Amino acid sequence: MRNPLSEKIVSIKPSGIRKFFDIAAEMDDVISLGVGEPDFDTPWHIRDEGIYSLEKGKTFYTSNSGLLELRQEICNYIKRTQNVVYDPKKEVIITVGGSEAIDIALRAMVDPGDEVLIPQPSYVSYEPCAILADAKPVIIELKAENEFRLTPQELRDAITEKTKILVLPFPNNPTGAIMEKSDLEAIRDIIVENDLFVLSDEIYAELSYKEKHVSIVTLPGMRERTVLINGFSKAYAMTGWRLGYACAPEVIMQQMVKIHQFAIMCAPTTSQYAAVEAIRNGDDDVAKMRDSYNQRRRFLMKAFKEMGLSCFEPYGAFYVFPCIKEFNMTSEEFAMRLLMEEKLAVVPGTAFGDCGEGFLRISYAYSIEKLKIAMTKIGKFIDKLREEQK
Amino acid sequence: MREQILSILEENSRIAVKELATRLAADELLVANELKAMEEEGIICGYHTIIDWEKTSIEKVTALIEVRITPQRGQGFDNIAERIYKYPEVNSVYLISGGYDLLITLEGKSLKEVSSFVSHKLSTMDGVLSTATHFILKKYKDHGTVLSKGSEDSREIITP
Repeated sequence: MRNPLSEKIVSIKPSGIRKFFDIAAEMDDVISLGVGEPDFDTPWHIRDEGIYSLEKGKTFYTSNSGLLELRQEICNYIKRTQNVVYDPKKEVIITVGGSEAIDIALRAMVDPGDEVLIPQPSYVSYEPCAILADAKPVIIELKAENEFRLTPQELRDAITEKTKILVLPFPNNPTGAIMEKSDLEAIRDIIVENDLFVLSDEIYAELSYKEKHVSIVTLPGMRERTVLINGFSKAYAMTGWRLGYACAPEVIMQQMVKIHQFAIMCAPTTSQYAAVEAIRNGDDDVAKMRDSYNQRRRFLMKAFKEMGLSCFEPYGAFYVFPCIKEFNMTSEEFAMRLLMEEKLAVVPGTAFGDCGEGFLRISYAYSIEKLKIAMTKIGKFIDKLREEQK
Repeated sequence: MREQILSILEENSRIAVKELATRLAADELLVANELKAMEEEGIICGYHTIIDWEKTSIEKVTALIEVRITPQRGQGFDNIAERIYKYPEVNSVYLISGGYDLLITLEGKSLKEVSSFVSHKLSTMDGVLSTATHFILKKYKDHGTVLSKGSEDSREIITP
């Protein structure tokens, strides 16, 4: 029999998280800080709208791009938060989570050999999606000393004649780093001069704890060269509803819709009705959850400080990314021992790129009570390690 | 800051000042002073515990009583309300808009005790026109807390 598989697919490494998951899932009484989704339930009024839409029999396909009502609300939202105008009929698509938007945006924009710049550590899917689109992923290794922000120099150094797209994953999973307006302004000219396009994954936009999140599309000349990606998962605690969206200039959007039309048809209808309620009447819920995350973030930073674990202060998403280089172990070794000896699961930084070596991703999408227990465990564990090192 | 302190306290009145300060990124002394000030100003009136008495072996009966009263000249409803709330078995007294005037919640050891309060003390009070007593059969949610079941984390253990 011939090899049934595509070499391209086989060459893609499976997600580094998987292996760890399999071990942790087998153990009893594990406390996990390894989850990349909110601990809140979807607010009830949003769930209720979803249920109501089912009761009314709204169980059919929507248009390929998604409910126009929802696209309109998304445009209103971007207008009121970023003061940028999109045409709901031609420049917005509702996708199956932000993940699908990443995939179709890349597929719509690259040809074989085009280079896609991917700052890491970052979410696990940019690199494989670029490969699936026959592009060449080029990794930019972000540095702790820059608080894991992308600097103009790092960007400039990575650009070649073949560079076409820059992925901009901020606020960032796993580091919690943000790019403030001044950081974006510093790279804007380089993007324009080199005629690059930007895939700006702003799924954590609402979870910013310093200033309000500023999108790169607000900068002059950037709206026409950016695919803006966001969704409902993180802001409204709607991960399981699988609903995201992208906004892009019509010329790009037309092709994205084409892929989506053939591969997906349309995003889940029930989720779309629920999302209309979320984006229309969910601001208070978002603010409440953001406050809660922010309190936990401060709690963790304080706890790290007290145990002398070095960690830059992250201002976005719901992750902290402490450095464990002082213990002379790899991230994976550290995480594995922490799991085995303290039954605490965290994710090694290397799951998000090689340059995540020496770091751990710790999620604070957990109750303060749980975080307290976890911090006691980490404290105990690193005391032990320091004792061993003596 | 007060609003934030209050919203945390409303969820957990046992929180330590130190933790409160950390979570609000505020100075510990400042938080302690705010707490004291709010206690003195009567903004914080007490620190209570939500108890599901049903899970204990202690018998308790809670009733909601609607009371219609004749307001008194110069005093309105206040005088009668005060006479009612001074009874220790009365948990709360609210002045209500609509079909009746006062809503009272009352806790007693037994049905008999509650009905005895209503018939002997409440309905005989000057100015009380009528009462309607409703006994609470089951508390599903109290003070924003769901009493019946604990929630479980149903997320996967590790996700990207």
